[in-house]
Amino acid sequence: MDTNELIEVLAADTPPPSARLSTVWWGAAGIAIAIAAAAFFAMLGPRPDIAAAAETPRFLFKFVFTIALAASAFGCARALSRPGEAWRKAVPYLAAAPALIAMAAVAELFLLPPDTWAAKLIGTNSIVCLTFIPLIGIGPLTIFLLVLRHGAPTRPAFAGAVAGVLAGAIAATFYAAQCTDDSPLFVATWYTIAIAGLALVGAAGASRFARW
Amino acid sequence: MQGSKEAELATLMRAAIAGDERAYGDFLRRAACLVRGFARRKIVHGGIDPEDIVQETLLAIHMKRHTWRQDAPVEPWLHAIANHKLIDAFRRRGRRVEIEIGEIAETFAGPETETISDREIGRALETLAPGQRSVVAAVSVDGRSIGETAKRLGMSETAVRVALHRGLAAIAKRIGRN
Repeated sequence: MDTNELIEVLAADTPPPSARLSTVWWGAAGIAIAIAAAAFFAMLGPRPDIAAAAETPRFLFKFVFTIALAASAFGCARALSRPGEAWRKAVPYLAAAPALIAMAAVAELFLLPPDTWAAKLIGTNSIVCLTFIPLIGIGPLTIFLLVLRHGAPTRPAFAGAVAGVLAGAIAATFYAAQCTDDSPLFVATWYTIAIAGLALVGAAGASRFARW
Repeated sequence: MQGSKEAELATLMRAAIAGDERAYGDFLRRAACLVRGFARRKIVHGGIDPEDIVQETLLAIHMKRHTWRQDAPVEPWLHAIANHKLIDAFRRRGRRVEIEIGEIAETFAGPETETISDREIGRALETLAPGQRSVVAAVSVDGRSIGETAKRLGMSETAVRVALHRGLAAIAKRIGRN
C-alpha cells in the first residue's frame, strides 16, 4: 500500500469521535477514588478515634502530604498521556509533596527526643501500611493504565510510574484515616515504600500495556 | 509563514474531527509531507525506509487523534508522534538485525522488487482476517468510497465501516508488536 492509498483509507474511516482525553482523565479520577473508597471501607474503615485525631496537626498533615502528591501526579500523568505536551513543566510539581514530608520529618526530629525517633519511625503498623496501600491502590492503578492505553504516552514507563504514584497517593489518603501512626517519620518511610511499589508496578504495566 | 502553516493545519484538523472527510485527507497529505521531511533528516545511515515512518505516523495520528487538544498547536503533537514512531522503528530494527543475518541468503537469492508487502503496513495488512483485509484493500484502491466498496463486496455500508475501522486498529496493534 503506498502512502496515498493509505491516506484514502484513513480518510474513509470515520468512526464516531472517541471521548476527549481530559474528560476521560477526570472520569477516571472519579472512578478510581470510588474504587479506593469501596476497598477501604470494605477492608479497613476509619480508626475509632478519628474525631479526636482530626484535631491533631500530625494526623492532618498526612492528608496534606497525600493529597498534594495525588494532585501533582494527576497533572503530570495527564500531560504524559498526550504526545507533544510540555510534561517537563509538570514534573517539578511532583517534588512538592516529598519536600513537604521531608520538612515535616526534620521538624519532627527537633520536636522529639532522639531516643524516641526509632520507635516513631518503625511505628506499629508498618506491615499493615505496606499491605493495604497497595491493595487499595491496585484498582485505581488499573483504571489509570487503561487511560494511558487510550491516550498516547511517548514515555510509557515513566507515565506508568506517575500513574502508580497517583494511585498510591489516593490509596494512602484513605489508608491515613485508619492508621494510628501519625508521625511524619513513619509516613516518610512506609508510605513512600508502599507508593514506590505501586509506581514500579505502574511502570512495568504501562511499558507492556500502553505501547502504541 | 510558519504561523500560517500551523493555523491551516489546525483548521483542517478541527474540520476533520467535526467529520469533514476531505479536510481530513488534506490534513493527512500535509502531515505526510512534514513527516517525510523529518524522517529523511533523521535517518542518515539508512536501514529504515523513511516512507515506513510516514505511514506508521499517519496511522498513529489516525488512531490517536483524540489525544490532540483542539486549542493546542498541531505541529508539536505531530512531531512527537513521528519521533515516537521513528524511535520505535529503530528499536524494532535493532531487534531484527539478528534474524536478518540468517535470512541474508534468501534475500540474495530472490530479485529485489518493491511489492505491496515491502512496507510494514502492507505486511501487517496481509496478516488480517480475510474480511477485514479485503475491505481495507478495496478502499485503498483508487480511493473507492465506502458506498462503492459495499456494493462491490456485497456488504452493507455499516459492515464495511466496521470492518475498515477494526482492520486499521488491528494493523496499528500489530505494528507495535513485531
